[in-house]
Amino acid sequence: MPLLAQFVNLLAAFLLLLAFAMLSQRRVLTLIKLLAWQGAALALSTAIVAWSTGQTHLYWSALLTVLLKVILIPWVLHRLIDRLFVRWDVETLINIPTTMLIGIGLVIFAFALATPITQMATTLTRSTLGIALASVLLSFLMMIVRRKAVPQVIGFLAMENGLFFAATSATYGMPLVVELGVALDVLVGTFIFGIFFFHIREQFDSLDIRHMETLKED
Amino acid sequence: MEIALVLGVPLAGGLLLGLVGHRSWAPEVNALMSLVTFGASVLLTARVIADGPMSALDEQFFVDPFNVFLVALTAFVAFTTALFSRPYMRIEQHHGRVNAARLRLYHSMYQLFSFTMVLCLLSNNVGILWVALEGATLSTVLLVSLYRTPASLEAAWKYFILCSVGIAQALFGVILLYFAAEKVLGPGGTSLLWTHLYEVRDQLEPTVLSLAFVFLLVGFGTKVGLVPLHNWLPDAHAEGPTPISAVLSGLLLNVALYAVVRSKVLIDGALERNFSGGLMMGFGLLSVVVAAFFLSRQRDIKRMFAYSSIEHMGIMTFAFGMGGAVAAFAGLLHMTVHSLTKSAIFFTVGHASQATGTQNMAQIRGLIEQSPMIGWGLALGSLAILGMPPFGVFTSEFMILTTAMHEHPWATPFLLVALGVAFAAIFGKVQPMVFGESTAGRLPHPPALVPVFVHLGIVLLLGVYIPPYLTDWYRQAARLIG
Repeated sequence: MPLLAQFVNLLAAFLLLLAFAMLSQRRVLTLIKLLAWQGAALALSTAIVAWSTGQTHLYWSALLTVLLKVILIPWVLHRLIDRLFVRWDVETLINIPTTMLIGIGLVIFAFALATPITQMATTLTRSTLGIALASVLLSFLMMIVRRKAVPQVIGFLAMENGLFFAATSATYGMPLVVELGVALDVLVGTFIFGIFFFHIREQFDSLDIRHMETLKED
Repeated sequence: MEIALVLGVPLAGGLLLGLVGHRSWAPEVNALMSLVTFGASVLLTARVIADGPMSALDEQFFVDPFNVFLVALTAFVAFTTALFSRPYMRIEQHHGRVNAARLRLYHSMYQLFSFTMVLCLLSNNVGILWVALEGATLSTVLLVSLYRTPASLEAAWKYFILCSVGIAQALFGVILLYFAAEKVLGPGGTSLLWTHLYEVRDQLEPTVLSLAFVFLLVGFGTKVGLVPLHNWLPDAHAEGPTPISAVLSGLLLNVALYAVVRSKVLIDGALERNFSGGLMMGFGLLSVVVAAFFLSRQRDIKRMFAYSSIEHMGIMTFAFGMGGAVAAFAGLLHMTVHSLTKSAIFFTVGHASQATGTQNMAQIRGLIEQSPMIGWGLALGSLAILGMPPFGVFTSEFMILTTAMHEHPWATPFLLVALGVAFAAIFGKVQPMVFGESTAGRLPHPPALVPVFVHLGIVLLLGVYIPPYLTDWYRQAARLIG
């Protein structure tokens, strides 16, 4: 296996490790740092794939990832929690060891699901599709077990990272116009989340979404 | 040219109303923009009927009988809802529930939402369709929380999180679809175009496509409101302003279902067995049954009709899942009549709850006494949505039921029981609201009831007589997807 492909595999493993780190992390500030790291790993692996395959549009994608997911979004989230004073620890619905065990189960499931596809892939980085799917599912799990609004949003953004990684690892990236559109949606989404945090805080004096469980069928 | 108009007018309207949306004449501008969009969509339809399918801008946009019919319907309902929204939002302002800044947000986002809807329909690129559908969530989420009450914030948060997560699953489906298509069509922009995918659909890798379809169905199905992914829908409908409930039910659900059906056509081409149809029938039937049983437990009038939307989306999903020319025809007809009837119902419900000051059905009484037109609108609309002949909903439901009896007899009892339960629930609750001692007060502005009766009139017409050109059009679309 060429060195570059091995390097991409290493970054994929790093991505998975970060997904688990997020799952076990209790502090909001550290979560944001982990998200930025995940973005950096994603951008680096995209750039390597671009370099080794000569797909120039992937350079743009990598640049976009750096700007958006390493710099802008973590900065916005940082500013938000500064203004909202929500540095305290994150409560989880299930305790962390159990969550990790469920996470391992999800990884196995993701690999089983991805195997038939990986065998068909001809791309340089095909073995990473399972990891991409696993990190999507782990972010999903994180959104389910967290009770505060900010970690839920971070989970959502981590899921988006996993999806982007799936796109580069399985297909050398989507057409640029689609990637730009998705990036725009993520950006607008983050700002709307930000607006939301203020509205929720104003209304409930907290960002705990337990206050928002009144609308249900009885 | 027409495509540029259909897309450009609501986009320009959104930007313009972002600047002047708080002025006293903004509601009229909003309605005018929607009228121009509707006019453009009529021109587009005429063009497609005359010249057949066409594409534009390097094939990034395309029009065929299936989507042009939905574009016209979408633009029409968006226009009538904008008409309804004029007095409705003025009354809300009069009651002090919205201020100028929020009205500006409302008008601007209303047009942007219309833009995302037509972009979804006209885009030939699956990726752009995804982007536009996510854009639809983004543009309506702040409208659901427009009143900033605790309940509306909760509803909007739920809507945002559930739809974003759902649609993220669909993105994975799109990636898988691209992965399969790239092998046949080669990398680059064309591998995600519906038209190109459609041509090579029998060469696409079946394993990948079936996995892709599961993700696409779950993702877009969240937006359609299929059970068990429907949790956001009743809350978002009940807590937002009523024009938004009307366009969510009348436009967004249809457009999301359109995305599912487009994906189904591809998967059916690639797979031998009826994998996608089975899944859609299962989800559809589950939605019909679950929603019907939830109907009778509702106290909030908008929640009840939101559950009714889930039920009807289930019926359509089931119909498209069955496949075949008749079922697809009936599904398309049901899309049309449900969209028109449900938005008409929401128009009357909006004014009824403004007149009585509550959405609680136990406190809405005797609408017909104080304002006969609202009362009759609600009564007739409910009868129409319950599938009473001679309304069009009866025709489409009858066609779906008979096809089901013929091809999937096991499903018929579930459908019939669910329709019966829904009838008992809705009729039992609407009757005392319409007749009896009145609790309604006078509205500070005259209500907009013309759209209600125009919609119900069209539904009635479709029930007794479908004009031949419309039949022809439905047939062409049904052939594309059946």
